[in-house]
Order: sequence, then C-alpha cells, then structure tokens
Amino acid sequence: MSIKNQACIVGAYEHPTRKAPDKTVAQLHAECARGALEDAGLSLKDVDGYFCAGDAPGLGVLSMVDYMGLRPRHVDSTEMGGSSYIAHVSHAAQAIMAGKCNVALITLAGRPRSEASSGTQPRNFGPNVPESPFETPFGPVTINLYAVVAQRHMYEFGTTPEQLAWIKVAASHQAQHNPNAMLREVVTVEEVVNSPMIADPLHKLDCCVVSDGGGALIVARPEIARSLKRPIVNVLGAGEAPKGLNGGKLDLSYSGAVWAGQRAFAEAGIKPADIQYVSIYDSFTITVLMQIEDLGFCKKGEGGKFVADGNLISGVGKLPFNTDGGGLCNNHPANRGGITKVIEAVRQLRGEAHPAVQVKNCTLALAQGTGGRLGALHGSATLIMERI
Amino acid sequence: MTNQTAERSIANPEIWPDNKEFWAAMQTGKLLVKHCRACGESHWYPRPLCPFCMSADTDWRESAGTGTIYTFSVNRRVGPVPYVIAYVTLDEGVTMLTNIVDCDFDKIRIGDRVRMVPKPSENGTMVPMFTPAA
Ligand SMILES: [Zn+2]
Repeated sequence: MSIKNQACIVGAYEHPTRKAPDKTVAQLHAECARGALEDAGLSLKDVDGYFCAGDAPGLGVLSMVDYMGLRPRHVDSTEMGGSSYIAHVSHAAQAIMAGKCNVALITLAGRPRSEASSGTQPRNFGPNVPESPFETPFGPVTINLYAVVAQRHMYEFGTTPEQLAWIKVAASHQAQHNPNAMLREVVTVEEVVNSPMIADPLHKLDCCVVSDGGGALIVARPEIARSLKRPIVNVLGAGEAPKGLNGGKLDLSYSGAVWAGQRAFAEAGIKPADIQYVSIYDSFTITVLMQIEDLGFCKKGEGGKFVADGNLISGVGKLPFNTDGGGLCNNHPANRGGITKVIEAVRQLRGEAHPAVQVKNCTLALAQGTGGRLGALHGSATLIMERI
Repeated sequence: MTNQTAERSIANPEIWPDNKEFWAAMQTGKLLVKHCRACGESHWYPRPLCPFCMSADTDWRESAGTGTIYTFSVNRRVGPVPYVIAYVTLDEGVTMLTNIVDCDFDKIRIGDRVRMVPKPSENGTMVPMFTPAA
C-alpha cells in the first residue's frame, strides 16, 4: 500500500496580501479556498474533503466548514505547526485512496502582522501542556529554540554565520522577481551578519518575515485531475515525523526530517539527487541548513559549505530552493509556512514560476516542512511531487 | 560584556500533582530527577510513567546539581533584558532546558561546567538555573 500515483494536486493559491487589518481570519481562509478552486477549475460543490490545522479559528474544521459552506464527508485537522499543510497533502491522498473523498481542500490563513505576533514572543499553547512547567520559567520563544540548534551546529561542525547568511542571500535573489514578496531587495552576506543580533547566533536577517495572508491547495483523484485543463502534479511519496526532547536524551544535531525524508524517498522510489527543485521550510536560516542535511542533499555537518556561494540560487547553484523568496523574504502567513512551500513547488512543476527563477523542464520537486520549535518539539513533513 | 542589566521576571512554573514533589524540593535547594526502577533510565522532564518503557514504577532521585552546557543562546533582543536560554546535561545524564545566570554572557561556551542555582519566579517558587562552576 502506498499513496504513490493515487492523488494529484490540482489547485494551488497563495493569497497576494501580506497585511490584512480589515479582513477576518475566516474570510482569508475562504478567499484562499476560492482562489484554489478557481485555479483548479472546480467549484465549492465538488469539495468533499476538508483539511486545516489546529490554528484555524473556532472549532477548527467545524467552524471553517460551516463558514465556507462545505459539505465534506472526510475532515482532518492534524496539527504539526507550520509543517501541518505538507502532511495534509499526504493525508488527503490517503483519504482519496481509501475512497473517503474525491476532492480535498486544504486551507491556511492568519494575521500575525496585524495582530503583532512574532517569533520573539512567548506562545500560549493553552493549559495542561505537559512540558510547560519545565519550559516557561526559562523564557522559551520561537527564535531562541531555533538559535540553540544553530549554536550547537556551529560547535559540532564549524558552521559559520556567513554560511547561514548565504541562505538569506539566496532567498533574496529569488524574491526580487516576486512582486508580492515582502522583502524584494537583494541582500549580501555582510548585510545579514551585520544586522542586529536577536538571539545568538541568529540575526534579524536570519529570520523569516511576519505576514498576514494564507494559501490553499486542492488534492484530487487522478481521474479528476486528468479531466481538468491544468498540468498534472502527481503525489509520489510522503513522510512525516514528530521529534521531541526524547526523555532528556537530547540530540539537536539532526531534525525529524531525517525520518520524514527517508520515508518519502522510499515511497517515491527516487533519491535526493533526482530532485530538481526544493521548497524548504525557512522560518530561520538554520531551519533550511538542517533540513538540507537531514534530507540527504549533502552529508551531515556539510550543510554550511553546501549552501554557500549561491548554491541555492535558481540558475546559479545546484539546488534551486524557495524560488518565490520563501518565508525568509516573501511570505510566512500565520507564522506557518508549510502551504506556501507546496504552492511554489506546484508552480515550478507546472512551469508557472517567474521566468527568472523557473527551473527548466522541472519534473521532480520536493516540499519540506518543519513546524513547532526545531530545538524542542517539532513536526517534520516531506512531500515529493512529479509532473506527468 | 553582556550581563543581565535588571532582574528578569521569571514566569511561575505550573505546579501539578505529578510535579509538586519536584517544586517542594526546589524550595530546599534540591534538584530532583525522575528515575525508572523498571528499566533503570532517568528521564527529563519528570513524569509518572517512564517515557522509555511506560512503567509507573518511577521515583525521584536527588541530582548532584552539576552538569555541562550542551547548547545555549544569548537572547539580546527578545525580552526587556538580555537572558541566556540553555540546555544543560546533568551529570546524571539527562538534558534540561534552563537559564545560565550570574556571569558575563559573552564568555559562555558549549561544554562549560555549571552548577545549579535556584532562582525565584514571580510567586517565589524556586526554579533551577545554572551558573559557571567556579
Ligand atoms: Zn523505564
């Protein structure tokens, strides 16, 4: 049993807004859903599966289904932070394969920019969080629980701030071509390492943007995909893995992507060298470095050398990544970037990325997410797609 | 030199039935670690059922309160005052989230030896932080 060739991504939509003070979160979900359905050439009544994560307003699937007027016969609200939406594509494929639905809608939306919520603030995960008594007194926020991974990586492998900076530089090279990107100016390594230090060793420019907005995807049965007038993006393989504190036997030298990636490549029956384009979750520069190593694009510890000198810039380097500018420069709606990772991979596979960053004859792409806190509890999700 | 320029307000730990012994011991300056009698492993953070074998046969053991910095980050622009978040590996083998305090933050390095120093949260509950071992 495998989801290989059992479902296709037929619709993808990234909301163009980056600041939406006059819209509600539910409205943004609905606008994204409408955009993805229009992209697919489908309508509301075709949707019989619905997916959102734990951040959706109200009672999650219940509120969103009612708000948008959906009549799903299958719902799923798997919550793995920003990686959720990549896992949702896999879960939608599984549901389609099992006959539980034919057309699955996945939505994400949020307004952290308008609501002044960022990675330097404590997150409230609600009552009864088991690890909370042994975390909250010490001031954990998003950025410092990524910074500790970067610090350890530098210690174990000699990775430098300049190497991490190259990831931002590469993202900025792609973002200059995206009219919707929040940061369109090309930056240099010097500008990144000279930007204010927030939490050692991560500078302001090692961080992603904070943006309002959202996105949506439509996953459908292959027969339906073939009936639509869009290039076909086939789901080849997927993997997911939560990773945590491991009872105090902590090892921050690798992320859950080690497990999720292996599972996805095994299912797809391909290897990292076959991938022509990658969307890699980029909450921070270190997030990208860890996932590139853990997915096997280079050896553990050699990520710093691998990402340097423009190796991630489309048309320049060997592994074009985040050609929309990614979370680092374009968009990180709801402080959750998973869905935009799949959306840009779909653009690449359809040949609809900006001509300046389009990978020639792109037929195999990978989207990778890390949600939660890389240096504590996090979810990892990998999705491999093929244009047929 | 970077140091804590003012007292950082320390959020209160939530005291629950499964951890009240831990916080009571902290009031007397003792750091406890949960140990499993069934599989012999210690674990962090403490819980009644061992995360390695699910046995309920777990008990509290007093830690020597010494350890090594596994990793850390000096938070320069996160809160109103700089502070250091860190993972410290206790000599008993478990790694715990904590803060490094009472030192020059710019001199902290991975691998440094540290010892536990209790610090009061907003309501006076003592929480385990660490400082360089002289
Ligand atoms: Zn045990």
